[in-house]
Amino acid sequence: MAKIVIDGVEYEVNPDNNLLQECLSQGLDLPYFCWHPSMGSVGACRQCAVKQYRDADDKEGMLVMACMTPVTDGAIISIEDEGAKSFRSDVVESLMISHPHDCPVCEEGGECHLQDMTLMSGHNYRRYDKKKRTHRNQYLGPFINHEMNRCITCYRCVRYYGDYAGGTDLSAQASHHHVYFGRHEEGVLESEFSGNLVEVCPTGVFTDKAFSENYSRKWDLQTAPSVCVGCSVGCNTAPGERYGSLRRIVNRYNSEVNGYFLCDRGRFGFDFVNNRDRLLEPVQRVDNTGELLADDQVKAVIKEFAASGTIGIGSPRASNESNFALRAMVGEENYYAGYSDAEHESMQVILGLASDASFHSPSVREIESADAVLILGEDVTNVAPRIALALRQSVRNKAKELADESRIPQWQDAAVRELAQHERSPLSILSPAVSRLDDVASDRVIESLPNVVAMGYQIANKISSSAPSAGASSENDEVIEKIAAQLKAAKRPLIIAGNSNGGDVIKAAANIARALHDESGKSVIDLCLLVPEVNSVGMGLMANSANSLGIALEKLASGEAKRVVVLENDLYRRAAKGQVDAALSKAEKVLVLDQLPSATTANADVILPATAFSEHEATYINYEGRAQLSFQVHQCQKQAQPSWRWICDAKHVDDLVERCCSEAPGFSRLREVLPGENPFVAGMKVPRQSHRYSGRTAMTANVSVHEPKQMEDEESIMSFSMEGMPAQKDASVHASSWAPKWNSNQSISKFQDEVNGELKQGHVGCLLIEREDSSDSYFEPAVDSIEPSAKQLRLVYSYQIFGSDELSARSKPIQARMTDAYIGLSPEDAEDRGLRQGDVATINPLGAPVVVCIRTGIKAGTALLHCGDGKISPADFSGLIEVEKSAAQSTIRGIGNLIVSDFQEEEISS
Amino acid sequence: MSQQVIASTAKKARKLSAPEIAEIEHEMTLYPDKKAVGLEALKIVQKHQGWVSDESLLGIAKYLDIPVADLEGVATFFNLVYRQQVGKNVILFCDSVSCWIMGCEGIKGHIKEQLAIDYGETTEDGDFTLIPVPCLGDCDRAPVMMVGPDLHRNLTPEKIDSIIADYKNK
Repeated sequence: MAKIVIDGVEYEVNPDNNLLQECLSQGLDLPYFCWHPSMGSVGACRQCAVKQYRDADDKEGMLVMACMTPVTDGAIISIEDEGAKSFRSDVVESLMISHPHDCPVCEEGGECHLQDMTLMSGHNYRRYDKKKRTHRNQYLGPFINHEMNRCITCYRCVRYYGDYAGGTDLSAQASHHHVYFGRHEEGVLESEFSGNLVEVCPTGVFTDKAFSENYSRKWDLQTAPSVCVGCSVGCNTAPGERYGSLRRIVNRYNSEVNGYFLCDRGRFGFDFVNNRDRLLEPVQRVDNTGELLADDQVKAVIKEFAASGTIGIGSPRASNESNFALRAMVGEENYYAGYSDAEHESMQVILGLASDASFHSPSVREIESADAVLILGEDVTNVAPRIALALRQSVRNKAKELADESRIPQWQDAAVRELAQHERSPLSILSPAVSRLDDVASDRVIESLPNVVAMGYQIANKISSSAPSAGASSENDEVIEKIAAQLKAAKRPLIIAGNSNGGDVIKAAANIARALHDESGKSVIDLCLLVPEVNSVGMGLMANSANSLGIALEKLASGEAKRVVVLENDLYRRAAKGQVDAALSKAEKVLVLDQLPSATTANADVILPATAFSEHEATYINYEGRAQLSFQVHQCQKQAQPSWRWICDAKHVDDLVERCCSEAPGFSRLREVLPGENPFVAGMKVPRQSHRYSGRTAMTANVSVHEPKQMEDEESIMSFSMEGMPAQKDASVHASSWAPKWNSNQSISKFQDEVNGELKQGHVGCLLIEREDSSDSYFEPAVDSIEPSAKQLRLVYSYQIFGSDELSARSKPIQARMTDAYIGLSPEDAEDRGLRQGDVATINPLGAPVVVCIRTGIKAGTALLHCGDGKISPADFSGLIEVEKSAAQSTIRGIGNLIVSDFQEEEISS
Repeated sequence: MSQQVIASTAKKARKLSAPEIAEIEHEMTLYPDKKAVGLEALKIVQKHQGWVSDESLLGIAKYLDIPVADLEGVATFFNLVYRQQVGKNVILFCDSVSCWIMGCEGIKGHIKEQLAIDYGETTEDGDFTLIPVPCLGDCDRAPVMMVGPDLHRNLTPEKIDSIIADYKNK
């Protein structure tokens, strides 16, 4: 710790940081633009100038840029010095020269860092009366609006998009006052993380296009802390609602999980909540038409289903509470897993490894600190996008190491990058096709999935000779040797795999981690095992290992079980069509609870409408086993209820959490995510609406001029109101980031115990799974006896960030980026079958139509299948398939939206 | 691992000509990093094509396997990399302090009259494009201008006429 004096007050600060960061950590107001807590300093904007004095006798001092000045013990600085203040005021005045002052029509207005900083810097009168420079804006796709005239050239967008997120299609162009941030031509921003530009840009150059079409000011949005339901990472979000519709999602800081950034699925995938097709009333099928159910009829139905002979099928996209309520309703032995049998099998492996004390499942922040990474078989960008962004940061640990050696502070962003050039920490990717992380990979091997698994075993064997090897030696021996050595030499190695394509790859990954554990003497090894859905792990813990979906369907088909309750799940995405058809047609009665109609609800006898993630309070468990609480943001206008409320008599979500803690093994710590013992400050609830929430008395005046009473929230520590303990500094929960003088999301530093630290009121979630004992047995490699014939291809499921997730695929902005179901083929395999780019083909044995997508980065003999939005079920196909040309021509979306680096395209020569 | 050029940018790329490639290849031997060759490659293509079209820009990016957005950043940073078609001869006319003192305003008026173009414009026959530059470093012989690679000093309206005629006949 170092001591410095700021405006006569002594502070204890961290000597590894710069002055700006430490001023903000101390809660002081110092304006800045180009600095960002996760991107460090470049000293571009000159806004954070302060006076620094040589010693106590120095009365003159000199101006320094706080973000570029290291903290030194005994430093004396002044923020309030008149010279520094007037310099900052002049800087912002010149930055604002060409700014259009269009705040009233700008989406950023009211949460604009530029507004805040302009005011804070004391520039309030415009002297420049000449012509302003103007720019043409670009079309940047369905997510982001572009309004270049508002730009103050802080360069944060390109530093984020290119340097941080690895995007290659946004750059700084031209020079002096013409500087332009855009693409080389109009077109969709390619990065899967483009939405963060909305929050990274200090003003309204990049704004949320989907939000813009249903716009509301920040202060008019009803907001609560929520958790993204797009994948298994569980990023924290702050959704905003107005007039009964969900308007947008912004990032909510969680130091352990998502930090400052979300992926585009998470940011733009919420619109299914507003989908016109939402199920909103309880209905019963009578002679092929729906009949509304009255309350007592619903009760009768539930009573009927509570009788013996009913089985329940859970859901990896439903909350712990709803899954638990179903389990309690039908009994533990009758509660079945709601994902495919293949996933069920691999989940058992994952859960087994999750309680092994030799391993640690790293949080996103921990992933960033890995100094050697191996990805085995998984397409991280499409399965758990936020982790791919973290991996891009992990490869920079080498640069940080070099910086330390050269005594360059790590926050000196430009200097550290310049020093490191192309030096990166090792990241090796072994998979059947290229991925979006390849540009930062040190080694990438494209091999068939069985070979990837075999290579995994070989790496384990190279690390520790007690680990079994598999497969024969090949041309990959050298790279296997290299990867093994890199992992062994690393301080914090990380192995990543996932269950997109079965459990074999997970076993191989676990062997590598175990070999590292045995050989390196490290107490735990980071083993990150990805699963696809928000509560895959929660449901996996809840279901008995013997209770797979296949068995449930068999029981129904055989008549052993008479009735089935399907919780928030489209079974046709989980099992083969024939299997589900047989089960549902044989079942006497089928009850489905869900948000949106699906092939399964079409076969239901009773449908009960379930609330979506923003309409109820719930807990979910992410890939690490981290339980997190998501608050209700707004009410569902119609009759939808949380699924658990339909099927059990618990009054309160907390009651269910309590029961879950005591009754479901593995959940005993779940109650820790609930707000603490005394969540109320001065006996007041935390309002979901801001103090400035406008028009409340008039909101429903078109219906009645009498203002209705605000709905009471009996469940939560939050209220549907403006009154209460403001969600600012003192509240026990943190929803929307807002502090005096700081209206933008940059106010987050006011809520952190220090910059990049934990939130003062924060709950980072709680790790549920206890790691007890360490097994020392290695997995034995399975023998893959199936050899494909000349016509057959090995099937690999390909997840897509836009389209593979069932619910976000029902959101309009996401749909604008989706493709049809496609089959990815290598050029050789396509040529053999007479297929060309964009052709329609059928996959046999089932004859399902798919679009042909020829990519040069797919291993020959492998076919990547993307199932689109549920027209094709992955469960319909097993390991080997045949692909042939189809006579059908028409496709809806085609594959034009696919952004991959290896799309085969013919060159135009001139 | 190389930077990967993505599909949408590969669509309209022009295949670089053999002489262009030969010169770019030579430059590549002089730099440790392909990104650094970007500017030289732009100059080479401009030398052969007269300017850098979108297709050429894409072609260079593809050939060097660097992001086209980065290359566009370089191309637009430098005023003398032409991203719009220019005439056969580009007149770089100095209108900085020394030339201004020596009466470049009048000379410019004369050029404007003779060629019927203003700054940033190209004559209808495509022979000349007129562009201002801040200084050509030849102030002791102001007013000065460049036409293509040639420097012309101590300009007078008469000299302008003969220079224009010379280049027209070339």
